[in-house]
Amino acid sequence: MFRRTIMASAVALGLAGGAVPASAQGTQGQPVELQFWHGLTQPLGGMLEQIAADFNASQNRYRVVASFRGSYPETMVAAIAAFRAGQAPHIVQMFEVGTGTMMAAGRAIKPVHELLAETRVNIDFSDYLPGVRGYYSLPDGRMMSMPFNSSTSVVFYNKDAFRRANLNPDAFPETWEGVEQAARALKAAGVACPMTTAWPTWTQVEQFSAIHNIPLATQANGLGGLNAELRIANPLLTRHFTNLVNWQRDGLFRYGGRDGAADALFPSGECAIIFASSGLRARIQREAQFQWGVAMLPVYQGTTPINSIIGGASFWAMQGGPNRQRSAEELQGVAQFFAWLARPEVAAKWHTDTGFLPVTRAAFERVRATGFYDQPANAGADVPIQQMLRGGGQMTENSMGIRLGGFVEIRTIIQEELERAFQGQQTAEQALVNAQNRGNAVLRNFERQNRN
Amino acid sequence: MRKKVIFNGVALPYLLLLPQLVITAVFFFWPAGQAIYGSFLREDAFGLSRDFVGLENFADILSDPNYLGAVWNTVIFSSAVAFSALGVAIFLAVQADKAIRGSGAYKTLLIWPYAVAPAVAAVLWLFLFHPQIGLLGRFLNGIGIPWDYKVNGNQAMLLVIIAAAWKQVSYNFIFFLAGLQSIPRSVLEAAAIDGARPTRRFWTVIFPLLAPTSFFLLVVNIVYAFFDTFGTIHALTQGGPGQATTTLIYKVYVDGVQNLNFGASAAQSVVLMAIVIALTAVQFRFIERKVHY
Repeated sequence: MFRRTIMASAVALGLAGGAVPASAQGTQGQPVELQFWHGLTQPLGGMLEQIAADFNASQNRYRVVASFRGSYPETMVAAIAAFRAGQAPHIVQMFEVGTGTMMAAGRAIKPVHELLAETRVNIDFSDYLPGVRGYYSLPDGRMMSMPFNSSTSVVFYNKDAFRRANLNPDAFPETWEGVEQAARALKAAGVACPMTTAWPTWTQVEQFSAIHNIPLATQANGLGGLNAELRIANPLLTRHFTNLVNWQRDGLFRYGGRDGAADALFPSGECAIIFASSGLRARIQREAQFQWGVAMLPVYQGTTPINSIIGGASFWAMQGGPNRQRSAEELQGVAQFFAWLARPEVAAKWHTDTGFLPVTRAAFERVRATGFYDQPANAGADVPIQQMLRGGGQMTENSMGIRLGGFVEIRTIIQEELERAFQGQQTAEQALVNAQNRGNAVLRNFERQNRN
Repeated sequence: MRKKVIFNGVALPYLLLLPQLVITAVFFFWPAGQAIYGSFLREDAFGLSRDFVGLENFADILSDPNYLGAVWNTVIFSSAVAFSALGVAIFLAVQADKAIRGSGAYKTLLIWPYAVAPAVAAVLWLFLFHPQIGLLGRFLNGIGIPWDYKVNGNQAMLLVIIAAAWKQVSYNFIFFLAGLQSIPRSVLEAAAIDGARPTRRFWTVIFPLLAPTSFFLLVVNIVYAFFDTFGTIHALTQGGPGQATTTLIYKVYVDGVQNLNFGASAAQSVVLMAIVIALTAVQFRFIERKVHY
């Protein structure tokens, strides 16, 4: 595996560096090279590269050259820098927080709906899960990017620890009040870290707001326009942050660091409950030495939860540079590759191999028909999908998705202010007010930069 | 006296200077000029639209409490790194300079950390001080000292200072050792015969004679703490918790590379450039006078 990756990157580098003028042409007998940059580490990266290899083997007009470009944020920065230098990849994998930036990128990108119309390639987006479709489309429903690896946030909990604390290992509490009691019981039973959270902003602010059906920002969380303003300094989030800070002080909750840093605390057995990406499943399956379960995210009493939103990444078709347009042949190749990704068998395999969501209904049905979810080893693998459809599948403008410019920065800001509250430098309420003010400054700055 | 070489004509000397001038222009003046130009602009990430905004970027960063926090962090961080790295290095150098058995081995071992890349050094310290997997981190928590640098800003700062200073000790050690070995034995022996004890000999003879070395190292260490500690901070704390370990250079990276806010990042680079130019000028003008070569 390792050697193959090195070979693949060496090949990709050679092609990117040496053969740029020739790569775009696609003369007789020579397949058209399409550069594809992604940000998935192993083993996911290898599985993704295998999909590109399968596409290449299925026809001989186009060759998708997949190459790993570092983490999601690094891939984003690399693609933007490459665009400015006129060397952008044809396709780039962009994480969900980069969506707002890409949508505002104007002539740097080729929207998927335009791409498909010009190349006369058909992809049936009505079959995609509504939560996935909404995240990557314009308000009028036209798709801007190609959905691929989507996840959502769920709870993983340690059943052995639950048993030790005399808690029911087969029923995770549905409310935060119940979670707090469970955490107290776990602590009393000697569990040093009852609960933690990965992706603090994504799980405790974004997903939290969506399932409680409260707005994160105006303009339908930014889907309606660049003039959106954050609304996170609200009573419900203040209550939740106050609880988190108190729980951290009382030893019921442990802040495990920014972004995915807390992921490791669950499979190691350190923390008994983790709020994490559904994509963590593969790692837990591989590493955990205990019985574990999957559950939906809790809500505060008195709330009827609705659907959660997605995370993960989608694929964007990019222009070559400020003065470099793609040829019709290149666009045709990109569209063909996207159509390949939309095939139910490709999407279904990706879902069962990785724990990401099946992005289309056809893929979900296909997997269900094989009896995959009924196997004991896969127990709970359908919890993320059920949670995406919670509330009867009727999404509100609070649960369609989030599209904020400079969202990478806003996520960091919320984490920073939360960290200051954990240190006792400010109250939870001040943390949210500060995060809202600083985040709004980022939004206004982004709006100004992208006025055209 | 100095020997002068006279060239016939001007073409050859300029030709010989050319490579150095070209390198300086391409790798120093051109990027610096770009940074200054960029600091007056506000543009989107893809470079498709740009506005000239005058000094607005500077006004923004100087009125940002987080930027001023980064300035304060940098002052604390740089002085702590420079002084602890110098202090430990001079202590080790004096000890290693004594006539002890196997001093060659000690000297070699003390130089090793310099060959460790900053990010690797940070990972080594992480394995020591991580609250869950680190040897010392677990020990501290075990004896009842709540150690978690992910939520405690002061502990995070302490950790990055230790990791950054440790890395620089070897470099300082080499220079101090060379400086010590160039101090004439006769001077020390004369002081010893006059009845000066080792401590007194150190402060009255050795330390003043080491002054040129110390001064040079002070400049180098401060520049190191300002610019070369990015990898250490990035690998250990990513500037957190809050912005407790965000120094000026780290903030330039966060705003420019992560947040794609080029105008603000360029303005910060220009400020940083001005600070370092001023700092170096002050050091050479005022401190150097008191140093006797």
